[in-house]
Amino acid sequence: MEPFKRMSGIVAPLDRSNVDTDAIIPKQFLKSVKRTGFGPNAFDDWRYLDAGGPGMDNSQRRKNPDFVLNQAPFDRATILLARENFGCGSSREHAVWALTDFGFRVVIAPSFADIFFNNSFKNGLLPVVLPEDQVEALFQAVRAEPGLELTVDLAEQVVIRPDGERLGFDVDSFRKHCLLEGLDDIGLTLQHADEIRAYEKRRREEAPWLFEGRGA
Amino acid sequence: MAGKTLYDKLWDAHVVRTEDDGTALLYIDRQLVHEVTSPQAFEGLRLAGRQPWRRDAVLATADHNVPTTDRSKGIADPVSRIQVETLDRNCNEFRIQEFGMADRRQGIVHVVGPEEGFTLPGMTVVCGDSHTSTHGALGALAFGIGTSEVEHVLATQTLLQKKSRSMLVRVDGELGKGVTAKDVVLAIIGEIGTAGGTGYAIEFGGDVLRQLSVEGRMTVCNMAIEAGARAGMVAVDDKTIDYVRGRPFAPRGEHWEAAVEAWRDLHSDPDARFDRTVVLDGSRIEPTVSWGTSPEMVAPVGERVPDPDAESDPVKAEGMRKALAYMGLEPGTPITEIRPDRVFIGSCTNSRIEDLRAAAEVVRGHHVDPGLKQAMVVPGSGLVKQQAEQEGLDRVFTEAGFEWREPGCSMCLAMNADRLEPGERCASTSNRNFEGRQGQGGRTHLVSPAMAAASAIAGHFTDVRAL
Repeated sequence: MEPFKRMSGIVAPLDRSNVDTDAIIPKQFLKSVKRTGFGPNAFDDWRYLDAGGPGMDNSQRRKNPDFVLNQAPFDRATILLARENFGCGSSREHAVWALTDFGFRVVIAPSFADIFFNNSFKNGLLPVVLPEDQVEALFQAVRAEPGLELTVDLAEQVVIRPDGERLGFDVDSFRKHCLLEGLDDIGLTLQHADEIRAYEKRRREEAPWLFEGRGA
Repeated sequence: MAGKTLYDKLWDAHVVRTEDDGTALLYIDRQLVHEVTSPQAFEGLRLAGRQPWRRDAVLATADHNVPTTDRSKGIADPVSRIQVETLDRNCNEFRIQEFGMADRRQGIVHVVGPEEGFTLPGMTVVCGDSHTSTHGALGALAFGIGTSEVEHVLATQTLLQKKSRSMLVRVDGELGKGVTAKDVVLAIIGEIGTAGGTGYAIEFGGDVLRQLSVEGRMTVCNMAIEAGARAGMVAVDDKTIDYVRGRPFAPRGEHWEAAVEAWRDLHSDPDARFDRTVVLDGSRIEPTVSWGTSPEMVAPVGERVPDPDAESDPVKAEGMRKALAYMGLEPGTPITEIRPDRVFIGSCTNSRIEDLRAAAEVVRGHHVDPGLKQAMVVPGSGLVKQQAEQEGLDRVFTEAGFEWREPGCSMCLAMNADRLEPGERCASTSNRNFEGRQGQGGRTHLVSPAMAAASAIAGHFTDVRAL
């Protein structure tokens, strides 16, 4: 995974609450067996006026001019700003892959759905939770000045506004460490393989039925 | 010291180690795998040269993409076919047990797991699917994960997790006639909101949950995620144990006796403390219909579509306006005047035998309204289908004008050929009414199987209790 340290970029305002993962990447694109190439279909139903499907040449499709990510300079945004409960619904990690493939590195919202939040960290996408009033202030600032850039510093745990105002955010220290270093979770866990085996040995004695994998 | 919640007990039994910040390495007893969220995980294993840690803890079946019509010619859509074939190939290469498309045990992962006794009380259960919370109905800790986590569990049999806060949703009293588990969970989501359970593991309890069958409890736990909670669970009782007994993967003999003894402890202690408790009066829950594009947007069937202008929270009011515009509904419209174009009975929420029985009960002796374009029943698994056919339910449905299909996720998320056309309205027993969920531009109304069946007969939503 690519490490995340500090970045600056344009903020795209997506003024909706409960943005679900079906909206972020509609189901017809989940048929891919790859992790890449989802960006052109991020928010497909909102972004295009025609019905999208896998294998289409998206450059030839009719874009919805009213959708924020079709408008300059937001089409180059790397920070997404949204309302509460972002990423709710389906567990599809494809939603995170679509956002990162589009170019996003950060999503700022007052709250995130749990599974989406987890998935983000596995892919170098930083979900930043800020209080509702700060999010509202950012929406107003971006409306007043489209193209406004923010800096996000993970080590310092701050979002820095152009005027220098610093908005602190929380992040679990373990997740922060993994993201800063770009660590592979599985590799880290396998360093504890002996502890996993010891656990299994103990459980096998306590609850042997948990280890009966036979079926009919 | 306060006693333990059911969630505490399940969690504590599975912690392998804990990091300084409280992140735990949690042992996973069972993983269910389907074709949509697994290919990239298997590819990850291949690229890293890793093998599954414990093959007997994994069970795979294709459900999202499979056709629900005649399967003898395979899958017509080449992209869907590749995904299902990729699952077959991966299961073969990594030697993982799979119920393939031709296996009569094939079905929706969340129907198959409990049906086979593959998921059991006291287990940790995961799947790359948010409706994994279903298995919590057995007194298990079950939750959905992303594809990176699917790979992590395949490779290590563990997951890195932070413990959630605990919530008790207690439904007291007794349900009225015609009110089902689906109405209970829709009412709960209407009460706490679609994000009300975010960051929590929910235990569903109270007299109503005790009265519900295990299948009904699955319907409730299934939709915990629609209230934002990754995990929903119900304490073990005699019904749980009776449900599990004799299933193909369930323990037998001495192990069965020992397991039952251990499972008897899978309930919250009387003095356990929850971070939040929500209480509903079961006798006040009515047959419920969703009117918007979020599962919290629900109303009792006797009421009207609400008016955004009457909502004091401006963000919520704006969400309601967007939802009503998408749904093509005017505020103040009686719910019973809404006319579906199609009726879908199925999905991991409501495709078990009791769901089909409840729907058939309503349908028997009637015919689907001629204004309807389609009414379909999609059993949750090949075994549910077989059972229903033995009971003659298939004939009840087909004689009434319903289509009787092969098992799969089908029109719940429209990854196969079953979908809504733009603007079409569906009475659906599924779990999500998001924009485009059942097909681009499609409009979903979430209801119970009995209510879906009643709307198919009447041609509009109607109170099933009045039939």
